[in-house]
Amino acid sequence: MTFPLQDLMAILPELLVIGTACLILALDPVLAADKKDLLAWLTLGALAMCMGLTSARLTGQTYAFSNLVVLDSYGAFWKLLLYIVTGLTVLLSLAYLKAERLSIGEYYGFILLALAGMMVMVSGADLLTIYLGTELMSLSLYVMAGLKRTEARSLEASAKYFVLGAFSSGVLLYGISLLFGVAGSTRLSVIAEAIATQGTANPMLSLALVLLAVGFGFKLAVVPFHMWTPDVYQGAPTSVTAFMAVASKAASFGAFLRVFVDGLGGASADWSVLFTIICLATLALGNLVAIVQTSIKRMLAYSSIAHAGYALIGVVVAAGHRGDGASSGFPSVLLYIAVYSFMTLGAFALVGMLRKEGQESENIEDYAGLAKREPLAAFFMLVFLVSLAGIPPTAGFIGKFYIFMAAVNSGMTWLAVVAVIFAAISAFYYLRIVMVMYMREAEGSQASHSRLETSPALSFVLACALAGVVLLGLFPNGLWSLATHAAPLLK
Amino acid sequence: MTSFPWLSLIVFSPLIGAVLCLLVKAESSRLVALGFTVGNFLLSLPLWWLFDSSTANMQFVERASWISSPPVNYSLGLDGISFPLVLMTTFLMPFCVTVSWTAIEKRVQLFMSMLLVMEAAMVGVFVALDFVLFYVFWEVMLIPMYLLIGVWGGPNRLYAAIKFFLYTLAGSLLLLVAILALYFHGGHTFDILELSRGTYGASLQMWLFLAFFAAFAVKVPMFPFHTWLPDAHVEAPTAGSVILASVLLKMGTYGFLRFTLPMLPDATVAFTKPMIALSIVAIIYGAYMALAQSDIKKLIAYSSVSHMGFVTLGIFVLNIQGIEGAVMQMVNHGITTGGLFLCVGIVYERTHSRQILDNTGLAGPMPRYAIFLMIFALSSLGLPGTNSFVGEFLVLAGTFVWSQFATAFAALGVILAAAYMLWLMQRVVFGTPAPAHRAHLLDLNARETATLVPLIVLVFVLGIFPNPLLTRMHASVTNLLNGQKAPAYATVPQPTTLPNKTATVAAIAPSSSDQAAAR
Repeated sequence: MTFPLQDLMAILPELLVIGTACLILALDPVLAADKKDLLAWLTLGALAMCMGLTSARLTGQTYAFSNLVVLDSYGAFWKLLLYIVTGLTVLLSLAYLKAERLSIGEYYGFILLALAGMMVMVSGADLLTIYLGTELMSLSLYVMAGLKRTEARSLEASAKYFVLGAFSSGVLLYGISLLFGVAGSTRLSVIAEAIATQGTANPMLSLALVLLAVGFGFKLAVVPFHMWTPDVYQGAPTSVTAFMAVASKAASFGAFLRVFVDGLGGASADWSVLFTIICLATLALGNLVAIVQTSIKRMLAYSSIAHAGYALIGVVVAAGHRGDGASSGFPSVLLYIAVYSFMTLGAFALVGMLRKEGQESENIEDYAGLAKREPLAAFFMLVFLVSLAGIPPTAGFIGKFYIFMAAVNSGMTWLAVVAVIFAAISAFYYLRIVMVMYMREAEGSQASHSRLETSPALSFVLACALAGVVLLGLFPNGLWSLATHAAPLLK
Repeated sequence: MTSFPWLSLIVFSPLIGAVLCLLVKAESSRLVALGFTVGNFLLSLPLWWLFDSSTANMQFVERASWISSPPVNYSLGLDGISFPLVLMTTFLMPFCVTVSWTAIEKRVQLFMSMLLVMEAAMVGVFVALDFVLFYVFWEVMLIPMYLLIGVWGGPNRLYAAIKFFLYTLAGSLLLLVAILALYFHGGHTFDILELSRGTYGASLQMWLFLAFFAAFAVKVPMFPFHTWLPDAHVEAPTAGSVILASVLLKMGTYGFLRFTLPMLPDATVAFTKPMIALSIVAIIYGAYMALAQSDIKKLIAYSSVSHMGFVTLGIFVLNIQGIEGAVMQMVNHGITTGGLFLCVGIVYERTHSRQILDNTGLAGPMPRYAIFLMIFALSSLGLPGTNSFVGEFLVLAGTFVWSQFATAFAALGVILAAAYMLWLMQRVVFGTPAPAHRAHLLDLNARETATLVPLIVLVFVLGIFPNPLLTRMHASVTNLLNGQKAPAYATVPQPTTLPNKTATVAAIAPSSSDQAAAR
C-alpha cells in the first residue's frame, strides 16, 4: 500500500502528535527522574506546531485517504479547542503530578495519544475512522484514569471506565454494522444518500440509530448512560478528570454531531425525538443529583452531565431546520462546549491544587473559610462557579443565551423554559460552594486547612481559564462568528 | 443632547473604585469607597440641570455595538422615569458607606468593593436601553447582594441569602426567555424603544406579561412573592437593607413602567384588575403584618411591602396622576425607608438588638436621634409636608379616577401605616429605656448626623417642593400613557401640550401655598 504525499500532508497534525507521543515514550526511560518536566515542554511544543498547522486549514473542505478523512472548518474548530484544553491540561499536570508525587513520563505520551484519537474523531468522514479515533482516545483514558496505582479508587475508576467503555464501544460497533447493512458502506456521505433514497421507514435503520445513540450517549455521558461518570471523575487523578470532562466531551460532541448531521441528517425527525428525551432526563438528573453531593469532584461530575444536557438543547432544536435558513442551534452547541471547557477546566484546576496535608481537598467542607485563607483562589472559584451557573457577565451566560435563543427561535420555547428552571436549580449547588468559601469559618487547626499550592504553571492555567470565562463573556463576537462559520448544516 | 459620556462614567466609575478597594488596606478602603460614591453623586448631579424636561425622548444617549449577531447594543439613555431613580441611587450610596464605617469590621475591603459593584449594576439597570444589556446589569447584581447578605448579615444570613438569590434568579430567568421571544416577534431587535413601538398578538402578550410579572413581581415584591423580603431585610447588614429597600425594590416597579406598560399594552389592560387587587392586598396585608412585628427591621420590611403596593397600584390604574405618583413614591420610599433602615442600623450598633423591647425610650439618652427617627416615621406614614404625602396623595387621586371603591381600601393602608408607625414610635422613642442597654445609648456622633441630615432635608424638600421633580418626569409619563393604544383611560384628561402641564401638576400638588412658595 502506498500513501500519496497529499494524504499524509492532510493528517500532518495527527502524525506530529503521534510522533511526539512515541518520542516521549522512548525518551522516558532514559531521562532522569528530575528531568521529566522536559517531556511536558516537548508536548507543548508539539501542540503549538499543530496549532499553526490547523489554523492554516480553517477554510475549505479537503478529503483524504479516499474519503475516510475530511479536513474542514468544522473539524478545525474542534481541533483548535482541543489543542488549547490539552495544552492547559499539560500545564496543570506539571503542577499536579509534582504535588501528587507521580513521576510518570508516559503520562504525557498518553495525553498525546488520546488527543490523536480525538483529532481523528472530529475529522473522520467514515464511521470506522471515527470508531478508530474513539477507541484510541478511550484506551488512553482508561490507563490515565488508573495512574494513581496505589489508590484503590483510582484503580476502580479505571476498571469501571474500561468495562463500561468497552461495552459502549461494542454497542457503537453494532450500530455501525447495521448501518452498513442499510447503506452498503460506512462512509457518512453514502449513508446520507441511502437515507435520502430509501426513506427512514427501514426498521434496521431505526435500530442502528438507537444503537449509535447509546454508544455516543456513553461517550457524551448523558442520562441514562452517565453512570460511570461520577465514579470515574472522582477516582481519576484530577488533572485526568479535567481532561476527560473537557477534551473528551468536546471530541465526543464533535464526532456525534458529524455522524448525526452529515450521516444521519435525513433521519433527524427520528433522532431528534430520542435526543429530546435524553436531553430532558440529563438536565433533570444532572442538576438534581448534583445538589446532594458532598464531594466537589462528584458535584462537578454531575454538573458536567447537566451541561451536556444544555448543549443537547442546541442539537435537538436545530434538527428541524434545513439548508440556508438553518437555526443557530448547531453554532450554539459549538460555542457552549467551548465556553464550558474554560470554566470546567478552571474549576478542576483549583480542585486539584487546593490541598491539605499532601492530599486534595475533595470535600466541599474543606472549602470553609477559603475566602479568608486564599482570597484570590476563592475569587477565581467564584467566577468559575458563577459562570457555570450561567450568570452574566461571564461566558456561561453567553453560552446559555445562545442556546436558549436557538430554542425560542425554533418554536421550542417550552424547552427553554424547562432549561431555565433547571438553571435556577443549578445555581443552588454552585452557590453552596460560594457560601462555604465566603460565609463559613474553617474549623480545626491551621495545619489542617486546605491551601492552594501555587506554581507558575498553575497560575498560567488559572489566568487563561479566567481570561476565557471573562473575555468570552464580555466579547463573544469572535467565537460566535467562528462557531457559525464552522457549524454543520442539515441538508 | 451632549456627546459627553455622562452615563457610562456614572455606571463604570464605581467599578474602578471596586477594584481599588480590594488593593488597599481596610482603613483606606473606606475612604476610597466614600470618595467614589460621593464622586459619582457629584458626577450625576449636573444631570439635574442638563436634563431637558420638555421632551419624552431619551437623553444623554450613548450607543455602540456589543454583540454583532444577534444585534445587542451597548446603549444607554435617560428619560423622566429613570432619571429620578438614577439620582436617588447615586445620592444614597455615600450614606451606605458612612453607616458601615464602624459597623463592618471584617473583610472591609470586600464589603466596600461589593457596595461599589452594586452601585454600578443598579445605575446600569436604570439607564440600559437594550434589553439584553438591561438583563446583564439586572443579574450582575445578584452575586454582590448575595455576598452582602451572606457574609456580613445576621445569624440567619445563609438562609436569607440563598432564598433571596433563588427567588430572584428563578423570576429573572423566565424574563430571559420572554426577552428572547420578544426578539423573534418584535422585528429581531433587543432595542427597548423599538420593541416598545411594536405590536404583538394578544396571546403572546399574555404569556410575556406573565413572564415579565414573574421577574418584576418578585423584585417589587408583590404579594404573594414577598416572602424573601422580610428574611433578606432582617439579615442583611444596614447598608444591604438600605440598598435592598431603596433601590432593588424599585427595579421591579421600574420594569413594569419601562417594559410591561409600553410593550404589552393590551395584556396590561387585561390584567389591570388582578394587578390592582394584588396591590391592595399587599398594602393592607403588609400593614397588618407590620403591626404584629416585634423586630424593628421586620416591621419596616413589611411596611415596604405595603408602600410598594401603593407604587404598583399607581402604575396599574394607568393614568397620569397614578403613574407620576408611583414614580414619586418610588423615590420617596427610597429616601424614607432608607432613612429608617439607617436609623435602625445606628441603634443596632449600640444595643446589638433589633427587638423593639430592647430599644425603648431612646428620646431620653438620644434626643437628636429620636427627632430624626420621628421625622422619618412621620414621612413614612405620609404626613403632609413630607415627601411620602405627595406620592401617596397622587396615587390615591389616580386610583379615585379608576375606582372609588378601590381607593377606600387603599386609603385603609394609610391609616394602618399611621397605626404601626406611631405605635412603634411610642415604644421606641417614648418608653422607658431597657436598663441593660442604657450605658451604650450615646447620641449620634458627627458621622451619623451627617449620614441622616441630607435625607431629612430631602424629606422636606420633596414634600414641600415636589414640582421640580414632577416637571422632569411629566413628559415621559404623558408619553408613556399616550403610547398606550388602549381606550381604557380615554376618560382621564391628559395634558397634551406643555402649558397645560403646570396647571395639572399644580392642581394635584399638596397645597396651593406650598406651590406659591415653590415658584
